[in-house]
Amino acid sequence: MKVLVLISNVPDTTTKIRFTGDNTAFDESGVQWIINPWDELALTRAVELKEAGSVQSITVANVGTKATEATLRKALAVGADDAIRVDTEANDAFAVATQLAAIAKDYDLILAGIEASDYNGAAVGGMLAELLDFNSVSAVSGLQIEGDTLQVNRDIDGGSQLLSMSTPAVAIVQKGITKEPRIPAMRGIMMARKKPLNVVAPVGADDRTSFVNFELPPAKAACKMIDEENAKEIITLLHEEAKVI
Amino acid sequence: MNFELTEEQQLIKETVRDFAEREIKPVAQELDEKAEFSYELTQKIGELGLFGMCLPEQYGGQGLDTLSYIIAVEEIARVDGSQAATLAAHNSLGISPLCEFGSEEQKMKYLPQLCTGDGLWSFGLTEPGAGSDSRGSKTTAVMDGDDWIINGSKIFITNGSADIAKGCTVQAISGEKDGKKIFTTILVEQDTPGFKAVPMHGKMMWRASDTAELFFDDVRVPKENLLGSIGEGSKIMLQTLDGGRLSIAAMGLGCAQGAFELALAYANERKQFGKPISKFQINAFKLADMATKIELARNLLYKACWLKDNKKPYSKEAAMSKLYCSEIAKEVADEAVQIHGGYGLMKDYDVERFYRDQRLLQIGEGTSEIQRLVISRQIGC
Ligand SMILES: Cc1cc2nc3c(=O)[nH]c(=O)nc-3n(C[C@H](O)[C@H](O)[C@H](O)COP(=O)(O)OP(=O)(O)OC[C@H]3O[C@@H](n4cnc5c(N)ncnc54)[C@H](O)[C@@H]3O)c2cc1C
Repeated sequence: MKVLVLISNVPDTTTKIRFTGDNTAFDESGVQWIINPWDELALTRAVELKEAGSVQSITVANVGTKATEATLRKALAVGADDAIRVDTEANDAFAVATQLAAIAKDYDLILAGIEASDYNGAAVGGMLAELLDFNSVSAVSGLQIEGDTLQVNRDIDGGSQLLSMSTPAVAIVQKGITKEPRIPAMRGIMMARKKPLNVVAPVGADDRTSFVNFELPPAKAACKMIDEENAKEIITLLHEEAKVI
Repeated sequence: MNFELTEEQQLIKETVRDFAEREIKPVAQELDEKAEFSYELTQKIGELGLFGMCLPEQYGGQGLDTLSYIIAVEEIARVDGSQAATLAAHNSLGISPLCEFGSEEQKMKYLPQLCTGDGLWSFGLTEPGAGSDSRGSKTTAVMDGDDWIINGSKIFITNGSADIAKGCTVQAISGEKDGKKIFTTILVEQDTPGFKAVPMHGKMMWRASDTAELFFDDVRVPKENLLGSIGEGSKIMLQTLDGGRLSIAAMGLGCAQGAFELALAYANERKQFGKPISKFQINAFKLADMATKIELARNLLYKACWLKDNKKPYSKEAAMSKLYCSEIAKEVADEAVQIHGGYGLMKDYDVERFYRDQRLLQIGEGTSEIQRLVISRQIGC
């Protein structure tokens, strides 16, 4: 089975978010970029399946500029065999899915993270499945391969389903798909140097959305302390101010 | 001049940082408290590929450059001094002389098992009567037929008595010429009869690192266990210590970086007189000074690594890096405790461990005084 893992290049989750240009653009200065945590889980699961013998090859793909190559190189160090970068800015989910559809036709299984930790769009995986006309399941928290068939666990409200799905397919994965993202070993980092990272030209695709402006969430309200003697006040506050009881 | 890490060095930095945060940080305080050497962590460090980082691939190493290795030590030390000590001593003092001076047979015999985390090798130079003055050594090696017979003892030997210790590179006096001692370096395997390794307890710092006293009582090893040639001991020792200084410097830098980050986070969080204590200028300026010292230390150390990687003389810069990085580790850790106030004195706060761990760095592998001696000679005093 040939697997494609989609890799989104996102700011480190501890990044202090700032905007420039009168709040119309994300300020990238000083930002450290990482593999989107959900994509990292997907990749780790793919590597585990390859080690178990049910996957023949793992390709990682990203739509982005040259700046994203360090992130792809890390994916290669973790255990992907080769990488594809579609050489264009990733501004909009539909445009990204369209670019990916152009390179993803020949894979049996495509793994996408349930969302990317930057804009939390949760759209690319589903759009890609639709564009390719592949089977797809979202919220996948377990994945096994049996011959040509996939066994996937899907989390649903209050429980989980076990589904069987034929390939080609897109599995949109979330937490639970593997225990922890894999840390590349030094050997992997050395080998990544020699693995192919192919840059392909983009196909024509228009952005359907654009950013108008950004706003930071309101600062967290200060914590209210209540004296021991006034325990009753907490009930009043929960009832009237927080409106939770 | 290019001050940027390569993409690969940057990835190594991030990777080792992730590893240290995930695997070492959660257990560091407890291991320190119990003074427990962690076989599990040593195994994991081996799996990550940090043992033998600079060793060629044919001996089981990774063939990486010195800077990559130094970055790895720095990142481990940013989280815990003890694990950094195990790593740095094994690579710089254990593996490195075997690789530099070993015969092909010795390299093939010993090195592969030392890169996996299953085995450690130590470097036995210091003796009760020979610290800064290594010529004061008393341990002897005498030829008897086809064997060397070793008698004497060593003290403060890192990785010398762990269950997975495989042996030690021992500095010994093999004779005299014109009234001067001849130093020769010999490999002694751990299970050789007459060789005893005893763990040293009660350390103030590096409590989760293994430190040993070694005793040699008519220890007989075949003559093939000679490392390099007879009389080459001093050269092997000096060259090994040059490299070792870079890794102690990396420990100082990492320790300073870790203590600084703890202090900055605490200063931004802790409120007194209605505002975070980082808003009081005296604390803000302390943090500014810490950051400046760390930046200087890093630039000096990375330059020394660059010199080594480019096969240029680096002995002076190695001594300067060791001196400066270990001295600023002391200053930064001290101020970091000050910023933590009373909490900084409590074991629940990591900064307390950093404050203790830094103290070895101005003593081990050549004291600050000896580094100044080395530097002053090099600059023509
Ligand atoms: C935890 C730990 C791990 C260690 N690991 C190893 C190891 O793996 N292998 C190994 O061989 N050794 C190891 N050592 C030994 C270490 O290298 C020595 O402790 C160090 O070299 C200093 O020697 P000393 O302790 O005998 O101090 P001394 O040499 O007795 O020094 C005492 C003081 O006198 C000063 N002094 C000495 N000579 C001079 C001089 N000429 N001019 C000015 N001042 C001077 C020193 O700077 C110091 O302040 C380790 C030590 C420790 C504590």
